[in-house]
Amino acid sequence: MGNLLQIKNGEVVERQRIPQVDFARFFRIMTDFVANNGYIVQFFAYAEEGRTKLMAVVRNSNLFIISTVVDSEFPSLTLTIGTKFHLFEREIAEQYGIRPAGHPWLKMVRYHANVTGKPDVFGNNYRVDIPGKYNYFQVQGESIHEVAVGPVHAGIIEPGHFRFLCSGEEVLHLEIQLGYQHRGIERMLTEVPQQRLPILCEAIAGDTAIGHNLCCCQAIEALACITIDRGASTVRTIALELERIANHLGDLGALSGDVAFHPPAAYFGRMRGEFLNLLLVLCGNRFGKSLIRPGGVSQVMTGEQRDIIKNKIKELRPEIEHVCNLLFSAHTVLARFEYTGTVGRKMADELGMVGYCGRASGLEYDVREFFPTECYADLPANTNKVTNGDVYSRAMVRQEEIMHALTLIEMLLAKEEEPHRRVSLAAHQLAPDSFVVTLNEGWRGEVSHCLLTDSEGKIARYKVKDPSFHNWTGLAMALRNQEISDFPLCNKSFNLSYCGFDL
Amino acid sequence: MESIIALGIALISAPLFPGIILKIKALFAGKKGPPLLIKYYTLAKLLRKGSVYSTSTTFVFRMGPIVSCAAAVMVFLFFPFAGIPPLLSFHGDAVVLFYILGIGRFFTMAAALDTASPFEGMGAAREAFFATLSEAAVFVVLILFYRMNGSLSLAAYFSGPHAISLAGPQGALLLLVIVSLFMTLLAENSRVPVDDPATHLELTMIHEVMILDHSGPDLALIELGSFYKLFFYAAFIACLISSPIQAGPFANTLLFYSLLTAVYVAIGITESITARLKMNLVPKYILTSFALSFFAIILTMEIF
Repeated sequence: MGNLLQIKNGEVVERQRIPQVDFARFFRIMTDFVANNGYIVQFFAYAEEGRTKLMAVVRNSNLFIISTVVDSEFPSLTLTIGTKFHLFEREIAEQYGIRPAGHPWLKMVRYHANVTGKPDVFGNNYRVDIPGKYNYFQVQGESIHEVAVGPVHAGIIEPGHFRFLCSGEEVLHLEIQLGYQHRGIERMLTEVPQQRLPILCEAIAGDTAIGHNLCCCQAIEALACITIDRGASTVRTIALELERIANHLGDLGALSGDVAFHPPAAYFGRMRGEFLNLLLVLCGNRFGKSLIRPGGVSQVMTGEQRDIIKNKIKELRPEIEHVCNLLFSAHTVLARFEYTGTVGRKMADELGMVGYCGRASGLEYDVREFFPTECYADLPANTNKVTNGDVYSRAMVRQEEIMHALTLIEMLLAKEEEPHRRVSLAAHQLAPDSFVVTLNEGWRGEVSHCLLTDSEGKIARYKVKDPSFHNWTGLAMALRNQEISDFPLCNKSFNLSYCGFDL
Repeated sequence: MESIIALGIALISAPLFPGIILKIKALFAGKKGPPLLIKYYTLAKLLRKGSVYSTSTTFVFRMGPIVSCAAAVMVFLFFPFAGIPPLLSFHGDAVVLFYILGIGRFFTMAAALDTASPFEGMGAAREAFFATLSEAAVFVVLILFYRMNGSLSLAAYFSGPHAISLAGPQGALLLLVIVSLFMTLLAENSRVPVDDPATHLELTMIHEVMILDHSGPDLALIELGSFYKLFFYAAFIACLISSPIQAGPFANTLLFYSLLTAVYVAIGITESITARLKMNLVPKYILTSFALSFFAIILTMEIF
């Protein structure tokens, strides 16, 4: 794999060290890499010296980067190499007006004009903001009907449009159109003062405030050569795990609510609140906003807080076990969960799914284990046992991860108290002409931020990737040949982010 | 006079009982739950509101709620609450009543289709399919009753000297019928495990999805109609459990309403301990209830 440069998670690379090859070679390297169990972490376009370049961050058990120069068109990698590239290429086409020629499904991602001012690849003029303006897939036949759901839904959930092509109750295909919450975050991140970066990153996806912010802060620390206190690392790890527990508990509750098994829904809902309150104890915000800041954490974790968390976990662990038992031992629930919305290992692998969705299908990828940050190198990894790729597996992975996360927090709290100082927001001088990519296992999966700085150390390109970006297509695939009435259950078992995708 | 009072009590108290179900479910979930009178508050709230009509709907849409509520009230006129003779009764009214309920359902579905919403069309299709199956289950029960009692009117089933009940000579058969009717009740009144009245997920709904576009007083009428319908089915089961005793109308009314409460409690417990069925298993579920009653008929072949 000649020209790939191996890097570490959160390692600063000078831009001139990034290997740059011509497109034909890039194409060959990518073909080889993906064929040998390689996955895409980031694949995006950026401008350099008046030219447009493509940067690929890829992984197998290591991280690699490579870049290439493209003109207004390049032969689609999706077409020849595989589906892993498809959404990335569509994003490149939308953001920089470059056409991946021969892309099998070239459709806009978020409905916005490109940054280069080139003619739009999709032929839209964007005078009116209508993300769903597009000719959806059609299936024809006598008993075929379409059901359009959203973008405004019943209940308080985010906007997204779902188009079901059905034959009676059976879904032949589900087409998902997002983009209704596009806020232009990537662009904003390059324009605002540096102190605002963590605050903006906390708002990329409200339920992953810690995951996204952690990526951002680690990137800034790397670029500004800041090392953080060991104690601050512990607090960050605990916060990330608390976020994971709270969200997984909420999801298990929602899953039982969706099959009309209400008692666990109520219990899990209450326990989710308890864990959010632990984040409140840590930093004063139930979603952990304002906790992580470049250089460390904004609040010092004292012995009192350690005790509160320790005692709460001791109190809640048996309760969680009990309610999980109630949920997973009800045969009516299992009848709904098992064999519903199955994504097989092969399909998950082709799509490059990440997080619990990927692990439920048997893809053993966990950033905490592969590219550990903070305290994860010293902590044991989790292995999930149920890998059938159905709703049941996705629910079981959550249960296992909750138990695992509880153990991790207990291990971290069992250590001696480590002194750490509190930091406040400040602007740091970033290394000029550099590149950094940070990865963390947010509760949904691999969260990744890429930063490129210019010759003055200003951020020239900021690329954000939420795990949902990999997994939305998985949901569409899970629905094939399922009953349309099982969609809410499948959707909840994936529980993907709309705003994290829309950016 | 007694008949009118009994009818009045039934009409007024019907919205109370769904509140009991909610209380039971809340109890199982470790919550306080809404007040018992919640459904009255809901009705009062809805009646104060205005209705919104989509421009794509016609008079059919407006007729839906009125007809479905009226159909449910009609049934009450023929029902012998606590063994008190009903206002109206004739030979064959049992058959007519179930078809009057059918008319109510027909108009609800017509109103749903009138909105031209793909959801509501889907809900109407499900409702029509499942109702066809439960109709068979109900009529098997009526056939059985005809064999037992020689009559086809509700008044003759549940009042007078030949009332059908568990304590009667063929009581053992009724055990099967009660289970079967309870299953039909859950299916016909869109309760768990067939439907989930609490869900907000339109793709999984059966009944609720058909009434998504109704609002204000229209919605209140639909809700009221569904309370009456549930009350009717529950009362049907309550009457089977025990026929009127020789103690005057007051004691009988008390007995009837306590049994009725027991049926509602049973609904609440069922909903708390089971999850919903997968949609493609619902027909099997309804046919199980059919099979139970049918088995009861086969058993009567020996007796008579």
